[in-house]
Amino acid sequence: MIHIAVIDHGAGNLVSMEQALDDIGATAVRIDEGQDLTRFDGVVLPGVGATGAAMRTLRRRRLVDPLRTYPGPLLGVCVGLQLLFERSDEDDTTCLGLLPGSVRRIAASTLPHMGWNSIEDISDPLLPAEGSPTFYFVHSYVADPVDEAIVSGWTTYDTDRFPASVRRGRIAGVQFHPERSGPAGIAVLERFVDECKDHRRAA
Amino acid sequence: MLRRRIIPCLDVADGRVVKGTNFIDLVDEGDPVAMAAAYAEAGADEICFLDITATSDGRATMLATVRDTAAQVFVPLTVGGGIRTVADMRAALRAGADKVAVNSAAVRNPRLIAACARAFGSQCVVVAIDARRTASGWTVHTKGGRTDIGIDAIEWAARAARLGAGEILLTSMDRDGTNAGYDLGLLEAVRYRVDIPIIASGGAGGPDHLADALAPGRADAVLAASIFHRDHYTVGSIKAELATRGIAVREVA
Repeated sequence: MIHIAVIDHGAGNLVSMEQALDDIGATAVRIDEGQDLTRFDGVVLPGVGATGAAMRTLRRRRLVDPLRTYPGPLLGVCVGLQLLFERSDEDDTTCLGLLPGSVRRIAASTLPHMGWNSIEDISDPLLPAEGSPTFYFVHSYVADPVDEAIVSGWTTYDTDRFPASVRRGRIAGVQFHPERSGPAGIAVLERFVDECKDHRRAA
Repeated sequence: MLRRRIIPCLDVADGRVVKGTNFIDLVDEGDPVAMAAAYAEAGADEICFLDITATSDGRATMLATVRDTAAQVFVPLTVGGGIRTVADMRAALRAGADKVAVNSAAVRNPRLIAACARAFGSQCVVVAIDARRTASGWTVHTKGGRTDIGIDAIEWAARAARLGAGEILLTSMDRDGTNAGYDLGLLEAVRYRVDIPIIASGGAGGPDHLADALAPGRADAVLAASIFHRDHYTVGSIKAELATRGIAVREVA
């Protein structure tokens, strides 16, 4: 049985993520205080809420260091992807700093970017190798990595093009919500769970 | 490219789906969890539950419905009706809602919008506006559409957006339940003033109505209830019709 830590940073809907993981046979464990995360096969940093509030809660719950030092597969979702970077323009927030770069507001006439959108130039093993599936996005900020090579999928909205997914080794992030993207989204989480299995076998 | 969203709306009273005509004449239509699952399967881009009882018993029932739905329906879920405080909103989100709609309580206390946006992010704060035409424009109605509070609906939408709303759910009280088409003038007037997504609601009778509402300068998403509940159209057939009219919709697998 694969055990996935789902980090609770105080806002929003964790139920969907937990249910989606349970649905594919992983055990989701909600983590709302600082502890050793290395006993988990993978960590999901979910993504609803505002960046400033999320980082404040992670600090108060002493989860920053466990996340920064976690050695296994780590998946950031939406705001969770943004938290992986060094800082965010949203609430002028210092983030986890696991990936070099910052987070900026989307350049578009209507925000949030809300709804189903397609992903192009895919190189991430979490994403489908073929076709142009759509995923559910809801966000007003996007990652702006120092090195575009870590971008493993791109999305275009209005006149802006930004990372739909990022990847550096075992650290991955998706800007969309796999837990709200129907069967295509559940398949992304299945691939993440497979990655966790591989990591455990290798460990 | 961002797809236009088709959102079936389930009006829920005491754990059952009902749909009124002009908000009054309620008819029982079914189990909300089963209906939400069926719509998601058929290609609904989101599901919306509106709790139209909004009594304290009804609210507890609603949270249980949200929990059961979130456990098996993996598309976004919006919940509205009877949300009065940040704590109410937190309870709905913790039950599994992705977005929460506030209506009367936000009119009484506009700071609620800002407080919810700060706590949870704008993206999950939907401000629902029930608007009715007057001689010179539209006014906001509260209490399920029964009370005209004399506030200009367009101004209120603009203010809600400034306060941190992530989306406007804009219902025409004149059109609701009539199947006569959305109030396009209302959509255009609000679109002109706000830069957050608008969900058109009230009056959908067929694909032409949805296509009209989703035309440039109007809505980003359409909400509809009775055309889906009674099998006049399926979500899939509506999407196919919209695609032939050149509107970008998510393909149904």
